[in-house]
Amino acid sequence: MAAETRYILICSGKGGVGKTTLTANLGIALAKQGVRTAVLDADFGLRNLDLLLGLENRIVYTAQEVLAETCRLEQALVKHKQQPNLALLPAGNPRMLEWLTPDDMKAIAAMLGDLFEVVLIDCPAGIEDGFKNAVAAAREAIVITTPEVSAVRDADRVIGLLNTEGISPIQLVLNRVRPKMMANQDMLAVSDVTDILALPLLGLVVEDEQVIVSTNRGEPLTLNGSNSPAAQAYTNVARRLRGDDVPIVDPSQERQGLRAKISRLMNTKIF
Amino acid sequence: MSLTLRDAINRLLGRQPASASTAKQRLQLVLAHDRSDLNPELLQQMRREILEVVSRYVELDLDEGDVSLATEDRVTALVANLPIKRARDVVLPASAAGA
Repeated sequence: MAAETRYILICSGKGGVGKTTLTANLGIALAKQGVRTAVLDADFGLRNLDLLLGLENRIVYTAQEVLAETCRLEQALVKHKQQPNLALLPAGNPRMLEWLTPDDMKAIAAMLGDLFEVVLIDCPAGIEDGFKNAVAAAREAIVITTPEVSAVRDADRVIGLLNTEGISPIQLVLNRVRPKMMANQDMLAVSDVTDILALPLLGLVVEDEQVIVSTNRGEPLTLNGSNSPAAQAYTNVARRLRGDDVPIVDPSQERQGLRAKISRLMNTKIF
Repeated sequence: MSLTLRDAINRLLGRQPASASTAKQRLQLVLAHDRSDLNPELLQQMRREILEVVSRYVELDLDEGDVSLATEDRVTALVANLPIKRARDVVLPASAAGA
């Protein structure tokens, strides 16, 4: 195993907050920046990473066949056509009879370490067996959440479990931020979420309709140089992961002019 | 409890107050309980016993008093806020007095 390979878990606890979208976009962004990257879909019960990457028709084998030695790792890896630095490995398929164990996931991670510099592990929702399997393959983690009470609560549970497993560092991506609602204090502020979860902020993604368009097409936003806000946010997450110093702008504070002044005035404490 | 200009105007106009602060308060409370993993019954029992012990030494205002969980920076604390009405005349046992 190449010593410098990074194994990064992408998890949230709650479903539907953007784990798989982040994994797909981050994978493409890292590959574009020249990093040999593997995305491991640890959510084999309800796998979707293939669909978001547009690779759904090209999966033949999974990690399970590799472990059973019915095929070689290289045969199971699905290389992205436009970004050959990126390869997808599904952990298993929903019909498989034998479920993978944490040791299986460790073995697969070690094999991927020979070929890749970064392994992104797309974690299933929940904190049951699928989560434990995914954690077994990881060393560090990105927790993604939205500024909603249920998502933050579930993220907190997951962070507790990651701490127990010795995963470090754990960083936060805040997804589906609505700047206007935040400025009107009808959405948890960025600092509220980072204070409550006590994690460093790795990225901030505003709500962006282009995300839906890109999933429809199976082409992650970071693939074709889109300059939509979410595309830029994902690209910046990739750069920060690699150690670049890219400042994070809080979009609810960013607004200029009279409206921003009024908004600040309205938020001053009078009592 | 703090009030912003926005809250004041909302109140005057009979509008609902901005919800972010409510969300934050509710989250902090629920996370304090999630993180401590104490079940509510146990917490209730502990609360009763703490009040009982403290009441032996001072007379408490039980209507105002509260023992609850609070959380900050992923550390959960048991916070007791027990307003004292007056001290009781407690005779220290011999052993404790000597210590």
